[in-house]
Amino acid sequence: MSEIAIHVRNITKKYQIGALQERQDTLRDLLVASFRAPFKKREKSDNQTLWALRDISFDIEKGSVVGIVGRNGAGKSTLLKVLSRVTEPTSGYGEIRGRVGSLLEVGTGFHPELTGRENIYLNGAILGMKRIEIEKKFDEIVEFSEVSKFIDTPVKRYSSGMYLRLAFSVAAHLEPDILVVDEVLAVGDAEFQRKCLGKMSDVADQGRTVLFVSHNMSAILRLTSETLVLEKGQIVKRAPSTEAVDFYLSSGYAESGERYWDEDEIPVSSAPFKPIALRVKNEQGLVVNSIRSVENMTIEFEYNLSAPISGLRVGLYVLSTRGEFIFTTFDTDEPSMYENYTVRNSGHYFSRCTIPANTFNEGRFVIGVNASTYRIKRYFQDEQAMTFTIDPAGAPGMQWPEQRQGPIRPRLFWQIEGL
Amino acid sequence: MEIEQTHVPVTYLKPPKGLASLNLRDLWEYRELIYFLTWRDVKVRYKQTLLGFTWVVLQPLINMVVFTILFGELLKVPTGGIPYPIFSFAALLPWTYFATSLTRSSTTLVGSANLISKVYFPRMVIPISGVISGFIDFGISFVILIVMMLIYKIIPSWNLLLLPILLLLAMLTALGFGLWLSALNVRFRDINHLVPFIIEIWKYATPVIYGSTLIPEKYRFILGLNPLTGVVEGFRWAILGGKYVDTFNPGPLFVISIAITFVVLISGIIFFRNTERTFADII
Repeated sequence: MSEIAIHVRNITKKYQIGALQERQDTLRDLLVASFRAPFKKREKSDNQTLWALRDISFDIEKGSVVGIVGRNGAGKSTLLKVLSRVTEPTSGYGEIRGRVGSLLEVGTGFHPELTGRENIYLNGAILGMKRIEIEKKFDEIVEFSEVSKFIDTPVKRYSSGMYLRLAFSVAAHLEPDILVVDEVLAVGDAEFQRKCLGKMSDVADQGRTVLFVSHNMSAILRLTSETLVLEKGQIVKRAPSTEAVDFYLSSGYAESGERYWDEDEIPVSSAPFKPIALRVKNEQGLVVNSIRSVENMTIEFEYNLSAPISGLRVGLYVLSTRGEFIFTTFDTDEPSMYENYTVRNSGHYFSRCTIPANTFNEGRFVIGVNASTYRIKRYFQDEQAMTFTIDPAGAPGMQWPEQRQGPIRPRLFWQIEGL
Repeated sequence: MEIEQTHVPVTYLKPPKGLASLNLRDLWEYRELIYFLTWRDVKVRYKQTLLGFTWVVLQPLINMVVFTILFGELLKVPTGGIPYPIFSFAALLPWTYFATSLTRSSTTLVGSANLISKVYFPRMVIPISGVISGFIDFGISFVILIVMMLIYKIIPSWNLLLLPILLLLAMLTALGFGLWLSALNVRFRDINHLVPFIIEIWKYATPVIYGSTLIPEKYRFILGLNPLTGVVEGFRWAILGGKYVDTFNPGPLFVISIAITFVVLISGIIFFRNTERTFADII
């Protein structure tokens, strides 16, 4: 029997949501409240309680690489925070054997005025490294980050790519017994991402335990052998990664061709944008989960704006079930749309996108949504909003019942010229 | 690279219940972080300023000049025959250290919100480095004091050896109050606005610009309860040596003020430890 690195029993974490909005944040509020009703217990009604984690129990063996997937607000980040001791559980019990290193956010604690060299030491110490350790790995860290030329320049002069490379590089050389990683691979260019993934599998090969949270299903599949699926603060599935990812992508409402967002799945930061529903419709306007590839399909995103937003763009991603992006599209891509919708007033909206027939190959696809203003703010994003299935009946080339490679299957114009 | 497997630390995740253990061992584990945070503070404080470290010297010097004109020349505060500039500078030195340390330790915790909500480390590291980083400024200003002692031809006495102990008392007092205020600040941002007032009032309640002999004998005990009275008057006594004997003798009150410091410090540590568990959730 191998050793257990993480042992968690009935971990629960509650937040008071009401407390977030009308917390007695100034002494005066608290004093006023206590004078008004001195004997009243400050009430906590249950509908104000957000169960970020509910009765989570699991064991993770030493040396295994485990993925954690789940939608926004499913509790992934809270779980990692509890495991890395940033916050304490409301109830439950856990034991962690070994030093935990967390990459909850790379670059935390970087100081813009300090040089790269100084920040390596500072950041290393914040992440729990000893000075001797940092000194020993210093050259390795610099080399990995590819910023050696600028190591004595204040990091405020760095490009964002350099900054993130250096930050990841420090964190990656932490060498803890248990590495907790949250979505760091979203940083940097493709080349650097590959390097990071390589570094993470090195860590795993050395017999360390890795917990890896990501929305990137291909990274989950590539790196992890086993995956936990979280939903509304609970573990709904634990299985080998291919099975778990498949379960996750096709779970629940995603099957019905329609997806509604619950209150607790919408982060507070998304206001004034509020997603309502996402639907896949066929040519007849019916909500369907499976659609024929020879038919036009419409993806409809319903949302509400409680205040006007200027420069808003609402868009879709289509991804393969392995997590690779196939395309991204926004409702104001077209210059005429862009001009007409410089400001979107508050109100109830539907953004509909028609995808022409003969676009997709057979199989299942994932739709993600995004509402943002270019380089200013991302209001809402859900990269795994729902899935749909393409039925290839009648598609070009169906006379040969073979599987076609690639995610798309366009009907193309061919000419044969015989000489 | 192999990690030594002989000692695998086990971390227990438990809900906060009852009094937290003080867990000073954890703090010891992170002593290097205290060092690096202090070093960062010192390094960054005067970056992109024209005068740089000169500011450290200028602050007490300007204060001294203003006080000398106002209280020494115009109001003629009694100093027991000691030239007012050095009389006030000897007191401003520990006072400035105390005031900046208290400000830093009570406000920097909230300033490090993104660190606290992302990474685990004993939160007490932050207020502690807040009171340590002031030592550098103190050291620089101390050089000015030595220069002034030469100008006024004051011969140092063995009393000077007591300075480190007095400085330590100032540090522990700043830390004790800093722990209370910084933990409260996480919850109530009022503290940010309150701290400057506390310091302003405290300054007048401490014999910095005047000597404690100014206060009628029978009310002097109130002054004695303030730990900073002992520190400030102690500094004068240690620096000015034989010239400053017949003025203030705190005696048993000094012991009480030290006791007050320790009560505040220990209760501060306990209060801080018990609230730090929720910092990440409410900061």
